[in-house]
Amino acid sequence: MNFEFSDDQKQLRDEARRYLAEHSSPKAVRNVLEGRAPYDKELWKGLAGMGFLGVAIPEEYGGAGAGHLELCVIAEEMGRALAPVPFSSSIYLAAEAIMLAGTADQKQKYLPGLAQGTTIGTLALFEGAGNPSQQKIATSVAQNKISGTKKPVPDGAIADIAIVVARSGSSGRETDISLYIVDLKGIGIARKDLQAVDPSRNQAEITFKDAPAEPLGKAGEGWDLLMQVLDRAAVLTAFEQVGGADRALEMGRDYALDRIAFGRPIGSFQAVKHVLADMYVSATLARSNCYYGAWALSTNAGELPEAAATARISATQAFQHCSKQNIQVHGGMGFTWEFDCHLYYRRSNALALGLGSQSYWEDALIDRMRRKNAAA
Amino acid sequence: MNFDDTPQEAAFRAEARKFVEENAPKELEAELSKASLGRIKLKDRNIVDVGKAWQKKKAEGGWACLSWPKEYGGRGATPIERVIWQEEEGIYGKLTSPFQIGEGMCGPTVMAYASEEHKCKYLPKLASGENIWCQLFSEPSAGSDVAGLRTRAERDGSDWIVNGQKIWTSGAHYSDYGILITRTDPTVPKHKGLTMFFLDMKSKGVEVKPIKQVSGASDFNEVFFTDVRIPDSQRLGAVGDGWNVSLTTLMNERMSIGSRIATGFPEIFAFCQNVINEDGVPAVEDRAVRAKLADWACKASGLKYTSYRSISALSRGERPGPENSIGKLVAGVMVQDIAAYAMDLEGAAGVLNDAETAETYGPFQAMLLGAPGMRIAGGTDEILRNIIAERVLGLPGDIRVDKSVPFNQIPTKGRT
Repeated sequence: MNFEFSDDQKQLRDEARRYLAEHSSPKAVRNVLEGRAPYDKELWKGLAGMGFLGVAIPEEYGGAGAGHLELCVIAEEMGRALAPVPFSSSIYLAAEAIMLAGTADQKQKYLPGLAQGTTIGTLALFEGAGNPSQQKIATSVAQNKISGTKKPVPDGAIADIAIVVARSGSSGRETDISLYIVDLKGIGIARKDLQAVDPSRNQAEITFKDAPAEPLGKAGEGWDLLMQVLDRAAVLTAFEQVGGADRALEMGRDYALDRIAFGRPIGSFQAVKHVLADMYVSATLARSNCYYGAWALSTNAGELPEAAATARISATQAFQHCSKQNIQVHGGMGFTWEFDCHLYYRRSNALALGLGSQSYWEDALIDRMRRKNAAA
Repeated sequence: MNFDDTPQEAAFRAEARKFVEENAPKELEAELSKASLGRIKLKDRNIVDVGKAWQKKKAEGGWACLSWPKEYGGRGATPIERVIWQEEEGIYGKLTSPFQIGEGMCGPTVMAYASEEHKCKYLPKLASGENIWCQLFSEPSAGSDVAGLRTRAERDGSDWIVNGQKIWTSGAHYSDYGILITRTDPTVPKHKGLTMFFLDMKSKGVEVKPIKQVSGASDFNEVFFTDVRIPDSQRLGAVGDGWNVSLTTLMNERMSIGSRIATGFPEIFAFCQNVINEDGVPAVEDRAVRAKLADWACKASGLKYTSYRSISALSRGERPGPENSIGKLVAGVMVQDIAAYAMDLEGAAGVLNDAETAETYGPFQAMLLGAPGMRIAGGTDEILRNIIAERVLGLPGDIRVDKSVPFNQIPTKGRT
């Protein structure tokens, strides 16, 4: 059994960690958080230069052609450093969707730009409150022109292209959903920045009015494709969450060692120790589930839907738990703007919702496990 | 990343599988498969007798105490081979529960500290299941704080005379030998005045009284010592070095890696698909139920893949990381929560616990009554959290007011 990343992959993780420690410092995160830039352009260029954006994109389309295990270790470091860049939108969502469903021409057209960072992509799925659901899709396409409003769209204000989930055809069937690639710099697009819990990542509303839309994948198969894209993104996001959870745990541990109260480090009190031990437990469970997700993603295993939901739920729990308890360990300083605890707290809660909420994934996991049992 | 064996591992697995297929007591397969949690009750046969027979067969075939050296009845196997064996032994591993303390704790301590003569005399019989060993550590006033123990051993010529009481001794009622930690010097701080021995459980003055647990079962005992004589030749380690000797024992505690820790999840997942709720549909159709199930599914999966990470380290010949320390802490609480939740879904009938209804409603009532013990035996949840915090996260130990005080000056509030 070899249920571990290879030495090369671990080396890549170390390289990414070093690079991000220098270029995605809390100061850089705050620069975006406090509204001085929509995302960190220098960091974005740097990540492209390091080859991190295209690590799982095939060489023939301008990537490094390494694989998804490599992308997982980079994702973990992006989460640990709270990188204020549209990595997840552009790579886990847009590039994955195009790799999954695009024609050779579409791959040639879009993937090199995504790998180089010169094109930023995203997924426009949600239309207001609620979890992913076919009924909720009102945005529609007729004669390759798309109309409707998507909200929230992650990194919607800075993306160049969006994969848009829309109603197609005139059958009126609820399931007539397709995916489209839309040029957000083109005509018929209106964008609006939205305030969000985690301002270190952009959220926007995009209104399409007869904007040109290019079909991605077969008409009417959009929802199936979307589910596959979300599963893939769930595994990758889970690695970000585990990276963030580990960092929050470290911050809490370091503070508990450093802070003196009642004449001793607070980390010597059992009440504090037990809080930190429980953080370790949830982070460890999540990491192990993420490895399972990484295995399923990299081998395209039949277990992917179940593994993705498992990794997603477990990592969401861990990051929310660790970031919340990190503040608690810090006491009063933990809820100041000055300390970095809130950066992790914000990000954990944003990542928990971006691909659908926890209850959505819990529901999906049990569905998938039952289906597997029924098939067995 | 892959879940495959190396060619050597695959060959070892094939050999182990063949042995199990040809030798395991297949007639017990159904009963053992059902006994997924906690204790095993066989209808017509005594678990210790059946266990001894299986252990003997294993020893004859070279499959007992795998990691022990061959000359003491083991196989000299690597850690990953032991994990593979456990996987292949599967449900029949449940039969080895009477021997686990001997294999994992007593045997290695004897191996490290006893004379060669004693090792040759006692270890092969322990390995073959002929003799069962127990571990006499905890006392009424020394549980989590085991170094606070009070059982006295006093020198008398070439013997020691032991007086005192042990408690929570698993299997003492069917054990032939035990390793025993005693206080030999109460005038020095508590960790320094301890000495370890092994003894024949049939020695004069040893009295074993089973403890009836919440579940009604009696897995543990009180053991009383009244003027019990132990020859000095049965001392393990130096006089006063008992604490260090006990750490060797505890470090050798059978690694739970690879042995599947019971969580109760498979049971409740199956149950929720079968039990019909007040809306006339299986409980699993209810979103509130699904949310609970998903949480437990992720914890069970997290434990499984955590053990896979440790196995991978063993497979590479490395020491596993600290990640395996979470197992019992997660599983104990889970079993307790799952049992209570399943009974809640049963409504008023959830209280019923007789054999007939247990068939219908599942194993949850027994789980409920057994779970409190899981969270205490072998390290309480609280001690396990301390261990993670101190040994994994590097947090400082608690301030100990009794650490450097002579043992006989530690306040006891009149209790002795």
